[in-house]
Amino acid sequence: MKPIKVIKIAWLALIKNKVRSLLTMLGIIIGVAAVIIMIGISAGTEKSIQESITGLGSNLIYIQGTMTRMGPGQEGSNSGGLIYDDAFAISDQINGVAGVVVEQTSAEIVKVGDVSLDSITIMGTTADFPSVRDMELNSGRYFTQDEIDRSTSIAVLGSSLAEELFGDKDPYGQTVTVSDSVRLTVVGVFEEKGMVGDVDYDSRLYTPITIVLEKLSFSQFARFMGDRVRLIYVEVDESVGEDGERTLDDVIYQISLLLAKRHDVTLEEADFSITTQQDIITTQESTTAAFRSLLGWVAGVSLIVGGIGIMNIMLVSVTERTREIGIRQSVGATPSDIRWQFLTEALLLSLIGGLIGVVTGIVGAWIFGQASGMRTVIVASSVLLAFGSAATVGVFFGFYPANQAAQLDPIEALRYE
Amino acid sequence: MKKKKAIIDGRDLVKIYQMGEIEVRALDGASIQVEEGEFVAIMGPSGSGKSTLMNMLGCLMGPTDGKYFLDGEDVSGMDKVELAGIRNQKLGFIFQSYNLLARTPALQNVILPLFYNRTSPLTDEEQQEKAIQMLEAVGLTDRIYHEPQELSGGQQQRVSIARALVNDPVMVLADEPTGNLDSKSGAEIMDLLVDLHKQGVTIVMVTHDPEIAAYTDRTIHLLDGKVNREVKNGNGGDKK
Repeated sequence: MKPIKVIKIAWLALIKNKVRSLLTMLGIIIGVAAVIIMIGISAGTEKSIQESITGLGSNLIYIQGTMTRMGPGQEGSNSGGLIYDDAFAISDQINGVAGVVVEQTSAEIVKVGDVSLDSITIMGTTADFPSVRDMELNSGRYFTQDEIDRSTSIAVLGSSLAEELFGDKDPYGQTVTVSDSVRLTVVGVFEEKGMVGDVDYDSRLYTPITIVLEKLSFSQFARFMGDRVRLIYVEVDESVGEDGERTLDDVIYQISLLLAKRHDVTLEEADFSITTQQDIITTQESTTAAFRSLLGWVAGVSLIVGGIGIMNIMLVSVTERTREIGIRQSVGATPSDIRWQFLTEALLLSLIGGLIGVVTGIVGAWIFGQASGMRTVIVASSVLLAFGSAATVGVFFGFYPANQAAQLDPIEALRYE
Repeated sequence: MKKKKAIIDGRDLVKIYQMGEIEVRALDGASIQVEEGEFVAIMGPSGSGKSTLMNMLGCLMGPTDGKYFLDGEDVSGMDKVELAGIRNQKLGFIFQSYNLLARTPALQNVILPLFYNRTSPLTDEEQQEKAIQMLEAVGLTDRIYHEPQELSGGQQQRVSIARALVNDPVMVLADEPTGNLDSKSGAEIMDLLVDLHKQGVTIVMVTHDPEIAAYTDRTIHLLDGKVNREVKNGNGGDKK
């Protein structure tokens, strides 16, 4: 029989049972939509993570102190982390460094008049911070190296913190009390930055690092005591890697040598680790890839469940339509005609279900993104994959019922009540 | 006088069913001949093998033993696919319970055999036209798009007659065609069959009702899987 006729027969049979056809397709619809939504969510997450990493500023190197355990009898020497002066050493002695930022954070109570906020991140930092981290000032000014050196009691507020503390009032020149005893004068407010990774830069209070090191570190763990710092950010000059003389790796190597010498350790036993932006992106990519394939598998399983649903309904349908099969056989349908009819029905069901699933998935991903605030991205390959799997599932799970139908004896089938 | 062409030539047809340990000889050497243009009834008490004979004549199953020539062709050894082709090209069925596709318009029901006709030269439009002609011929001009549940029993049986004729079969097999109908509709259906017979259609009909059998040229009585006797019916049905 011509394929077009087979499709016509199958189509007529399907629209005769609209409700059942729809119910049969439900599993496929949900499966396909799930694949698209799940992959859409993970792709969206991946994209925002990537953007936020790039949002941190380009050409960044992160130097992190690794805490070497101090065993008994071992004096707490200058090994075991970075110190504030390391930053100056790097900016003074390494070529190709555009800026160095040191950060030390502390969580404190912040008070302004009647307003008291708990666990606000106080970020002690240095003069290059706004340029290295791409932070723009909304009003006022940032602090200078001179003010940092002199531990001037001033603060720059993140946009949402400023609003929480002062509402509509202008915070400039006002005093905030940190940790009940440290009084800081507000000299500026940053422009809204938004979430960068899982860090909310807008809810922080920025102050010269010397303030944190000298006045706030007593509430931290011992390892943050004194002039130890957690992180040093180095912004590499844009010419690095382009002029052919120095590469990023050269700069990293020079920094390693310098710090090792300063800390009196060999490179093998370095008490710090150096990470580049690219390292972080690579790590994030492999994490999200794993996340994505997990979600893909979960959704794939729901597709298979959908296929089993089709098989179940088709099997019931073959039994229920035994009489119809007998009638068709009596007027000349061959076993293969019957097989093709049921196979085509299963295929049509999964293709139509697949199409509805694609639409549902795209709309669903959009609605999910709107409702949850998570970013979702429709990945073309996921649409094709879901649709292709739906078709495969349809043929695979349609085959058994179709064979059952084809093997019916016409006399038995005609007699079936 | 030139002998008419034999449509059915069944010789010593045997059908054995294996019911577990027991062997049932539903047909036990029945021989039956039907000539072109004849209208024949098959009668017999239940268990006489008339359903089995009907299914065999209708190529829904093959004989265990014996030969069956349909329209000069030996169909006794054919496989399922070949038998399906024979049913499609050479036979038309009329069932007691009409056996129309539910929730399917009369027209679609009548077109069904054309769907499965691999040799039909007709285009889709011509098939549609032919199906409509058939429905008109059985008096259902204004019921073409009605579904079976919207039709009376007599009308449904007319649809099934139209379906039986649409592929121009060499023979129509009717299994108790009036069994589910009241006497008035039953008589109308019989009149229609007699009309078809007059137009030259060969009809073989199974019935248990002697009054219905009386419409035909000849009645074949079955008993215990064998042809018991044949009776010529002297009514007007066979007059041309």
